[in-house]
Amino acid sequence: MNEIGAFIIEKSAVGVFVFIVLLTIVAYATLGERKIAGFFQDRHGPNRAGPWGLLQVVADGVKFFMKEEFNPDRANKVLFIIAPTFTFMAAGFLMAVIPFGDRMIIGGREVLLQLADINIGILYILAIGSLGVYGIITGGWASNNKYSLMGGLRSSSQMISYEIAMGLAIVALILDHGSFSLRDIVLNQTGPIWNWSVFTHPIGFLIFLVATFAEASRVPFDLPEAENEIVAGYHTEYSAMKFGLFMFGEYVHMTLASGLIATLYFGGWSIPFVATPAEPGIFWGLLTFGVFWAKTLFFMFVFMWVRWTLPRFRYDQLMNLGWKRLIPLGLLNIFVMALILLWTGGAGMD
Amino acid sequence: MLKQVIDRAIAEHFQTDEKELYDLNLGPSHPATHGILENRVKLDGERIVKCEAHIGYCHRSFEKLSEHYSYNQVITITDRMNYVSSMANNIGWTLAAEKLLGIEVPKLVQYVRVIMLELNRIIDHLIRTGILGVDAGAYTGFLYFMEQRERAYKIIERMTGARLTTTFGRVGGLDKPLYPEFKEDILEWLKPLPKVIKEFHTLLTRNRIFIERTRDVSPMTEARALEYGFTGPNLRATGCNYDLRKHEPYSSYEDFDFKVILGTTGDVYDRYMVCMDEMVESIKIIEQAVNNLPDGPYHADVPEIFLPEKKDVYSNMEAMIYHFKIIMHGINPPVGEVYQAVESPNGELGFYAVSDGGPNPYRLHFRSPCLYYYQAIEEMLEGGLIADAIMTMSSINVIAGELER
Repeated sequence: MNEIGAFIIEKSAVGVFVFIVLLTIVAYATLGERKIAGFFQDRHGPNRAGPWGLLQVVADGVKFFMKEEFNPDRANKVLFIIAPTFTFMAAGFLMAVIPFGDRMIIGGREVLLQLADINIGILYILAIGSLGVYGIITGGWASNNKYSLMGGLRSSSQMISYEIAMGLAIVALILDHGSFSLRDIVLNQTGPIWNWSVFTHPIGFLIFLVATFAEASRVPFDLPEAENEIVAGYHTEYSAMKFGLFMFGEYVHMTLASGLIATLYFGGWSIPFVATPAEPGIFWGLLTFGVFWAKTLFFMFVFMWVRWTLPRFRYDQLMNLGWKRLIPLGLLNIFVMALILLWTGGAGMD
Repeated sequence: MLKQVIDRAIAEHFQTDEKELYDLNLGPSHPATHGILENRVKLDGERIVKCEAHIGYCHRSFEKLSEHYSYNQVITITDRMNYVSSMANNIGWTLAAEKLLGIEVPKLVQYVRVIMLELNRIIDHLIRTGILGVDAGAYTGFLYFMEQRERAYKIIERMTGARLTTTFGRVGGLDKPLYPEFKEDILEWLKPLPKVIKEFHTLLTRNRIFIERTRDVSPMTEARALEYGFTGPNLRATGCNYDLRKHEPYSSYEDFDFKVILGTTGDVYDRYMVCMDEMVESIKIIEQAVNNLPDGPYHADVPEIFLPEKKDVYSNMEAMIYHFKIIMHGINPPVGEVYQAVESPNGELGFYAVSDGGPNPYRLHFRSPCLYYYQAIEEMLEGGLIADAIMTMSSINVIAGELER
């Protein structure tokens, strides 16, 4: 009983801590995006609310709540309200299996900076990641707007196409690491820097990166919300906090996708050439936590960098890239990786 | 017997299996139509099967309105046509009125008009190519160009006192003498432009996604473009060598050395490249004009047409009489008609005026290039995707204010 109580306290503490940090970073990602856009475009970005615009996030949040809740006539009310929450939740659920840091020993008890180290972590991510599309297509359909519907349709076909490519990239990774658990994958990448999967799976990394951009519907794959073509896509009719949830969900998705790139290909929380100490204290835990976020923030910056540089694809070009280039490349990658492992007798051969 | 049944079944099957098309109103208020243009499209998935273009949301009957205005007042109306490069309209109309009156303006005025026409061509092309990038999803380059446009507005504001509705020049010359630092301002404005254009090229022109989005999108053959009455960059993109600055030089364009930029296929990419390269040529023209800027009066010596300076009106008997005559009786050109066209940034901008000898034009017609481009929009959009439609509309640069007048 005591053991269960301690377990509950430990997991809730880690959960609340991680959740608060995640939400703060996501909220400031919206500000960061605008600041970075300003940096790229020779302008200031938000700088009125607070020093360097730091209170802009609060101002935005207040504004979202104060705005009129507008429901279009003849929209499907129930689905219209459920859709944004669904998108937000599906993005947030990804948080559960991501290893935010290493284990540490607090008061004689080993605490893992990860909500759940399940042995099918990657499958969980693929499964939950695909759920996000339901929120978008439901929102697009329930709005009873032609542009919204087109946004929803674009989004569903795009996500389904790129999930396959993403899965194929991950299969090659799993062959190498011999485990579905994200913690095992990170542990495999500790030690020297060339242990990082990005050096052993360069093609897989590229496929995964492109597919992640498409999954998070960021430029150049932001067709579901291409404002010049279909107004605002699936959230054309959304206003106030319902829109806020869509937007927030998108940033959560982007943050966790960056975290996933860091975890799978860049050693997650591990520090190159530094091994876990025998008695990892709270300092070690927080250090690995910081390293994880540093890597994640870098990839978030890459997401934003690309957004303010590249034009977007056309619908048919997007499909061509997904089905005719990435999927064959992914299959080839698996084949080559399998041959190499057969030759060397890697981890997957045990 | 059996064959008939099967045939009928097949016929019925295909009749009922006809695809249901999706109606969508692309406009009149849509983020990418840049003005109030409406395209009713029938969609099969994302592909446009049929397109119906509707205009008339922005008609302000400028030509009729102008019949009640004096020749100088019409300049204010031309401001509101192509508001992206309003000085080209002003200059076009003043040239037409001068042709009607038979006035030869001094060389200085002609050169300043060339400078302002080319400056307007540059700022029009800046926004035009920048917006094409925005419609393709690349926002950043647009702001690099907007910054240069903003710097040009500083000069325009200093010359005329306004940014968009410039009302530049008068019939018979400029409205006032050039301000002293005019030359330096123009040269300083030109200085960073080649670098910015080059930066934009590296950002967009050689980008694989951008090329794929624009290459072979809504191509136009030379013959078809001429049938529609295309002019300007959109015609030159098809390979037709037609530029009024070369073929019917006005305002001393024959003094300057520049190339006419031509494309080959007339697709979105060619239109974009023609505009990008025309900016470089315009920079050359402006440099030549500023460096050879002659001295002289800022208006022709036509006291019965050009208003005297205010200080003369109060001190000089003759000036006061002319002032009274021009204000009360207006400019009265001889009976006749005139057509004067300028190569505005958007194409051949023509002014047709009929005079009955009175102070107001008897009848006017403005030939706006956009109207001719927009006729072709149905043909260009059909068969393409929605994303292509947006790129096409953006690349032909239809300005609703000029299209409908």
